[in-house]
Amino acid sequence: MTMPTTLFDKVWDAHEIHRSESGQSLLWVDRHFVHEGSFHAFDKLREREMSVARPDLTFGIADHYVPTLTRSLGDIGDDKIRGMIEQLADNTRERGITLFGLDDPRQGIVHVLGPEQGLTQPGLLMVCGDSHTSTHGAFGSIAFGIGASEVAHVLATQTLWQSRPKQMRLTIEGTLAPGITAKDIALTWIARLGADGARGHAIEYAGGAIHGLSMEARLTLCNLSIEGGARCGMIAPDETTFAYLRSRPFAPQGERWEQALAYWQTLKSDPEARFDRDVALDAAEIAPTVTWGVSPEEALPIDQRVPDPSALRDEGRVHQMRDSLDYMGLSPGQKLTDIAIDRVFIGSCTNARIEDLRAAADILKGRRSKVPGIVSPGSTQVKHRAEAEGLDEIFRASGLEWRESGCSMCVGMNGDLVPSGERCASTTNRNFKGRQGPGARTHLMSPAMVAAAAVAGHLTDIREL
Amino acid sequence: MEPIKIIDAPACPLALANVDTDQLIPARFMKEPRSVGYGRFLLHDLRHDESGDPHETFILNHPEAEKARTLVARRNFGAGSSREAAVYALVDHGFRCVIAPSFGDIFSSNAVNNGLLPATVSEEDAEALLAALGDTPGQLRVDLEAQRITVGGLSVGFTITPTWRTKLLNGWDDIDMTRQYTDAIQRFAADYTRRHPWLDVTPPQPEIISRG
Ligand code: SF4
Repeated sequence: MTMPTTLFDKVWDAHEIHRSESGQSLLWVDRHFVHEGSFHAFDKLREREMSVARPDLTFGIADHYVPTLTRSLGDIGDDKIRGMIEQLADNTRERGITLFGLDDPRQGIVHVLGPEQGLTQPGLLMVCGDSHTSTHGAFGSIAFGIGASEVAHVLATQTLWQSRPKQMRLTIEGTLAPGITAKDIALTWIARLGADGARGHAIEYAGGAIHGLSMEARLTLCNLSIEGGARCGMIAPDETTFAYLRSRPFAPQGERWEQALAYWQTLKSDPEARFDRDVALDAAEIAPTVTWGVSPEEALPIDQRVPDPSALRDEGRVHQMRDSLDYMGLSPGQKLTDIAIDRVFIGSCTNARIEDLRAAADILKGRRSKVPGIVSPGSTQVKHRAEAEGLDEIFRASGLEWRESGCSMCVGMNGDLVPSGERCASTTNRNFKGRQGPGARTHLMSPAMVAAAAVAGHLTDIREL
Repeated sequence: MEPIKIIDAPACPLALANVDTDQLIPARFMKEPRSVGYGRFLLHDLRHDESGDPHETFILNHPEAEKARTLVARRNFGAGSSREAAVYALVDHGFRCVIAPSFGDIFSSNAVNNGLLPATVSEEDAEALLAALGDTPGQLRVDLEAQRITVGGLSVGFTITPTWRTKLLNGWDDIDMTRQYTDAIQRFAADYTRRHPWLDVTPPQPEIISRG
């Protein structure tokens, strides 16, 4: 009898070329995405006079530095920013790598573009020099972020050394209350387990509430795996996955689709499979959740108050909480719904797919935003789709700016920044100090909650709208 | 890469948890080529005030910090972005080792690939080391072979993945290691393509697809 195995084991084992005595595996990589920040890796190849092993399995995407006000390189005022985009174009051209560049109609944030183009498929091993590569696990692939040295290694060999992580199953049964999103699920489990709670683990999200999620919501959930410290997050592929993938540009077609489907249907954990950790959440307990601090673990349901450090015992934690409150300019005991905001951002690989924009537009329809803000769609395809549905008009009419697609204010590399000291309600993934700009204060929440905050001018409970 | 056996040098106490890679090197410096030296970007926004003047009390601005080779911090060090630039900033500043109760996974592997030792200690031992150092850089010895850290009379053990320990002790680079497996990789790739015929990528023509 064969040992019962997990989804993760099945995919990992299919990619293992060699296992060293110390337990490190040499893994085959199916898809490798590079972006503007990957220049260190290309420099390293050049230094060592190495070629790219499989340019056909490598894809370049311009997202981190692209402007959101224009699609023309010539319009970028900052030479260094323009240089980053040009350098990616040069490096990919020189190495024969397909590029989804600034003016490509398929351009978008790498973790939105991959699924949308059908490059992301069940059972693959995918890497990118970006931590939110965990997003692609929503299709039942093993997908994780790597550093520049590893990017160079993958470029040179199409393989990667990794030690097999531990495995954790996060099961969510029950029904989510209306208005509760994948973002709330993620912030809830990260607040409970900690920002390093799943460190060293691959997560499989399981249970009825997970399989009830749309593909887009699954992408949001897997995207945030890294914020709980996980190596990657996965969801077993099912009918929702297959329906999403069918006839996407890079998805297999015809007879090959049938072959692929037969394999994909085998990709699930055996009922008896053992996990190193099992964690369960009840869907009904999950409330709209926002962050109040400077780590995604510093999150609470919207109807709560800013926590009080003096209620804590551990001196390290007291210090950490004081430091967070100080940076965020908040006082203990303050109602979360009393926190006034200066601006909003709707965008990023976490929450800028079409469903996210629809959810935000639903709230903003016929209302005015009290604060300025930017909406940047996750991809140029999402932008076209949203415009076809008239969502751009709703955002504009509410007073928000409708922009082009890119990482934008998620990380501010292109110059879209939250001014120092300002408070931003944001659909992004990191509320770290300075993430959206030096001195910027970020509150993470779902797109509908950001839209509600825009209308109210302060953090708001979506259930009361 | 330079092998590490023993680091006996001043260590900086950084009594903070969740020091993420966005703080280790703010995004705006990442357009710079490595040749400019990333050391001055390390923890830039914690080190300086808004007008760019150094905070005198911040540990990296202590006159002894320049000689420091080890950093001691609280839990979840290097969480967040995969930016290897965070490691470049530490290494270019002179650090060869970071001691903390936990690290971001990607940060640790980036560290090892650049000859920076991520030494994991228990939360209690991290607190004890921070207490022993106080507010100023102090002499600290890290023995990678014995996996021990010593400050004055205090001695604690640390953990590190065995393969990483071997790599650091020998100064090995992954690309050198993988070269020995070229044949195995080719055999694997041929067989893999045969088993997954649908994975051969033929790029479609760009077109506008209006789909959700
Ligand atoms: S949107 Fe933000 S998190 Fe996503 S890839 Fe871009 S910078 Fe990273």
